[in-house]
Amino acid sequence: MSTPTQLVSTEKAPSSSVGVLAWMRSQLFSSPINSLLTILSVWLLLATVPAMVDWFLISANATASTADECRKSTGACWAMIVEKHRLILFGLYPYDEQWRPMIATGILVGSIILSGWRKLWNIWLLVVWTVSLTVVAILMWGGMLGLTYVENTQWGGLPLTLILSTFGIALAFPLGIVLALGRRSNMPAIKSICIVYIELIRGVPLISLLFMSAVMLPLFLPEGMSIDKLLRAQIAIILFAAAYMAETIRGGLQAIPKGQFEGADSLGLSYWQQMRLIVLPQALKIVIPPLVGLFIALFKDTSLVVIIGIFDLTQAAKAALTDQAWRGFSVEVYIFISAIYFVFCYSMSKYSQSLEKRLATGHER
Amino acid sequence: MTKPKESNVAPPARRRLSWNDPGTRSIFYQVLALLAVGGVVWFLVHNTMSNLSARNISTGFDFLNREAGFAIGETPIAYSPASTYGRAITVGLLNTLRVALIGIVLATLLGTLIGIARLSSNWLIRKISSIYVEVMRNVPLLLQLFFWYAIISETLPGPRQALHPLPGVFVSNRGMQMPTVHGDGLLWLLVGVLAAIILMIVMAKWARKNQEKTGQIFPVLRWSLVLFFVVPVVTWLLSGTTMTLDVPELKGFNFVGGMTLSPEFAALLIGLVIYTAAFIAEVVRSGIQAVNRGQWEAAEALGLKRGQILRLIVLPQALRVIIPPMTSQYLNITKNSSLAVAIGYPDIVSVINTTLNQTGQAIEGIMMIMAAYLTVSLSISVFMNWYNKRIALVER
Amino acid sequence: MADAIIRMKDVNKWYGKFHVLRNINLEVAQGERIVVCGPSGSGKSTLIRCINRLEEHQKGQIIVDGTEITNDLRDVEAIRREVGMVFQHFNLFPHLTVLENLTIGPIWVLKTPKAEAEARAMKYLERVRISEQALKFPGQLSGGQQQRVAIARSLCMDPKIMLFDEPTSALDPEMVKEVLDVMIGLAEESGMTMLCVTHEMGFARKVADRVIFMDQGEIIEENKPEAFFDNPQNERTKLFLSQILH
Repeated sequence: MSTPTQLVSTEKAPSSSVGVLAWMRSQLFSSPINSLLTILSVWLLLATVPAMVDWFLISANATASTADECRKSTGACWAMIVEKHRLILFGLYPYDEQWRPMIATGILVGSIILSGWRKLWNIWLLVVWTVSLTVVAILMWGGMLGLTYVENTQWGGLPLTLILSTFGIALAFPLGIVLALGRRSNMPAIKSICIVYIELIRGVPLISLLFMSAVMLPLFLPEGMSIDKLLRAQIAIILFAAAYMAETIRGGLQAIPKGQFEGADSLGLSYWQQMRLIVLPQALKIVIPPLVGLFIALFKDTSLVVIIGIFDLTQAAKAALTDQAWRGFSVEVYIFISAIYFVFCYSMSKYSQSLEKRLATGHER
Repeated sequence: MTKPKESNVAPPARRRLSWNDPGTRSIFYQVLALLAVGGVVWFLVHNTMSNLSARNISTGFDFLNREAGFAIGETPIAYSPASTYGRAITVGLLNTLRVALIGIVLATLLGTLIGIARLSSNWLIRKISSIYVEVMRNVPLLLQLFFWYAIISETLPGPRQALHPLPGVFVSNRGMQMPTVHGDGLLWLLVGVLAAIILMIVMAKWARKNQEKTGQIFPVLRWSLVLFFVVPVVTWLLSGTTMTLDVPELKGFNFVGGMTLSPEFAALLIGLVIYTAAFIAEVVRSGIQAVNRGQWEAAEALGLKRGQILRLIVLPQALRVIIPPMTSQYLNITKNSSLAVAIGYPDIVSVINTTLNQTGQAIEGIMMIMAAYLTVSLSISVFMNWYNKRIALVER
Repeated sequence: MADAIIRMKDVNKWYGKFHVLRNINLEVAQGERIVVCGPSGSGKSTLIRCINRLEEHQKGQIIVDGTEITNDLRDVEAIRREVGMVFQHFNLFPHLTVLENLTIGPIWVLKTPKAEAEARAMKYLERVRISEQALKFPGQLSGGQQQRVAIARSLCMDPKIMLFDEPTSALDPEMVKEVLDVMIGLAEESGMTMLCVTHEMGFARKVADRVIFMDQGEIIEENKPEAFFDNPQNERTKLFLSQILH
């Protein structure tokens, strides 16, 4: 019956509202205050950025072989990083065996990236992690399959930071689930125990827990038994992460509508069946973005083990700086290490943001 | 309609001591849990006691009265190596509070500024503040502290070539020296400030009553600022007392006089403020964005001016969303100040650590650290819960 | 029209490159009731939001009650005092009581003393038949009640023009009538100029002096309600009416 609506000829928008000039007008100079801010910012950038670029790249020296040569140039001394990068990245691990921590790092990074692949979010993820953690342990310690034994006091640098964070989160996960379920339980004794644990751990800084593990754990154990320093730190990190994880998971559990529990009850499922098959899969999916945030925070917090004398990535920085021959280049070393942390944390946080966007669509009405 | 007959039948008795009764099962599990936890605790305590006696370390807090024997770099109250451990720990606590409180104020100011900047209509300002937030949030705090400490101790010149940005202010690798004020005049100035605050409150109350009666709006903000700056000065002048300026001077290799901010304190403060401001910026930004665009439009449609909209409509709603995560950031600053031990600032953890090493009283030391931080955390939690209940939006 | 209270001449608006209002020419007389309808994306909401400068037009002139809308903030403020708006999602202020929602405009914009503002507020609350909820918070009210409060809030500013942007689209069906009744009562009892974007054709028939049909940013057809509904001229109007009147 009707003819399709005809497209009216489009008049072009006035040139003052589209195009580069229009963008600058609305984004940079839209009001007197904005114009002033733009001018101030540009002046600030011009005052600092060229000097920084010069120091970073142009005058920088990456090929010098001694410190004095490097000091002659006014820019950054990246030659020191080139000289010391093995120490910074791998710590005191025996030089010839450093391919082992390198592979271990690769496996851990690979597992982390795989965990981001949504198709893998089922029992296979558990398999992947169990296998990779075991392989990493074997590679680092050695003592079997023809690999020489390397004591864990010699582990250090990036692999150690990764190991502390991934083992920390992986082992804190089950503990966190138990604590979260316990906190929501109807049984007062269990609920109180969980609340006390969670509030206690969340109320104190990680440093105090690390000190506690370094100093008190030997006292807690019967005579003759001892745990090495790394394991003490790892235990402290696991206990710390579990408390924060429990709160995050509890948030996810609270978001599950009551109807889910009632539906499961009406099917006759037991408590643990309910949790395993219905509730936890949904709750965990909801809290994945905040859990990634937790992992990022934990990754940064592992730097604290420096204080109890464990050789992680941050400690490696300090060790590289104690070399008298290469004195005075702390800024270069700290920037290098900061860049490593930044790359890891930033990519994880970007991943978490994109994940949140994709998951949110599923929950909108 | 007749009333239903009262039932004479009692409800069936519930307690059956059988595995199938959920009540019995729950009691069983709880007893099990308590026994397990109790067992572990007893095991640990037993081991600890035997270990301690094997090493001849006594328990109890008597060591607090013993002489400390170590010096502390910064002491807000009088302290010497001859003072007791108890006093040393008090100094540590004061140092922690000092850096935490100043850090909270500065981080809030900087963070709010950056949070608002992230929502600016100016693209350049938005980008710069976004870069700041992303960089600072993704590098560990400890590393940032080392970085700032390295900059202060390595790149700043020695006292003899100290930077001189303002008269009386010197910046060198020994820290920052500033002039301080002494004298009775200072007291009168503070009295004036107090008087100004009281006058501001009275004026605000009067302005509100006046507006309710006549509808006229009084420019309270303008006059408050005037009062705040004029009244203290006038009070001081009227009192006739004097104030003297104590300016730092270079004598030999170091500065004498004035006030000193040590490199450790400066590095810790700068690091904490810059790190936490990035997180506070995100909290402020999401709080302001949480207020629906429609609220702005409705307020604009009523004819309210931009300042009025912010004050009456947007900020009250934004603050509800901002305050809970903001207080947890304040808590983080307090806990993170414990990293002072890594750069040599004598906060409570650092002092207790030294004490612990010297006396071997590990348990007591760690208990004191945890007690101190727990007190702060729990009080903030209690305040948070109370505040949340009070301002919750009333709904069906 | 000599005494037009709203005059729009050759008004054009672009969102970036998208031409959302094309050569709009419209004159509204004082006391006239206009219903604007059209498919989604036709620009009808944008049109009425330009009248109180919630949206900016790039070309053309909009003159409200003798004042032209320009970038000058004082003109915009003057116009907003004369124009009231009711939104699809009510936009009540959740942290203020119903009474405070109504008095905030008079107190802070019109500088009315508090007692007088509250008396006026109670008068309008009675008018929309919701005075017993005066001390409740918006979160405690149903959708229909909230929208009636929103209408009262705009009325408290004693505007000359009332704009309605799909006021019943977000309501559950059983609450649409109570809001429409209020709007009909407003039309019949006061000499208010009303511009209403809505799909409620029964309301249009009862109250409107003119019905305007918009599509793709243009005004396609406008006519008195009976003529508009019973004898549409344009093909696009016929198509639209056949889609919504079933």
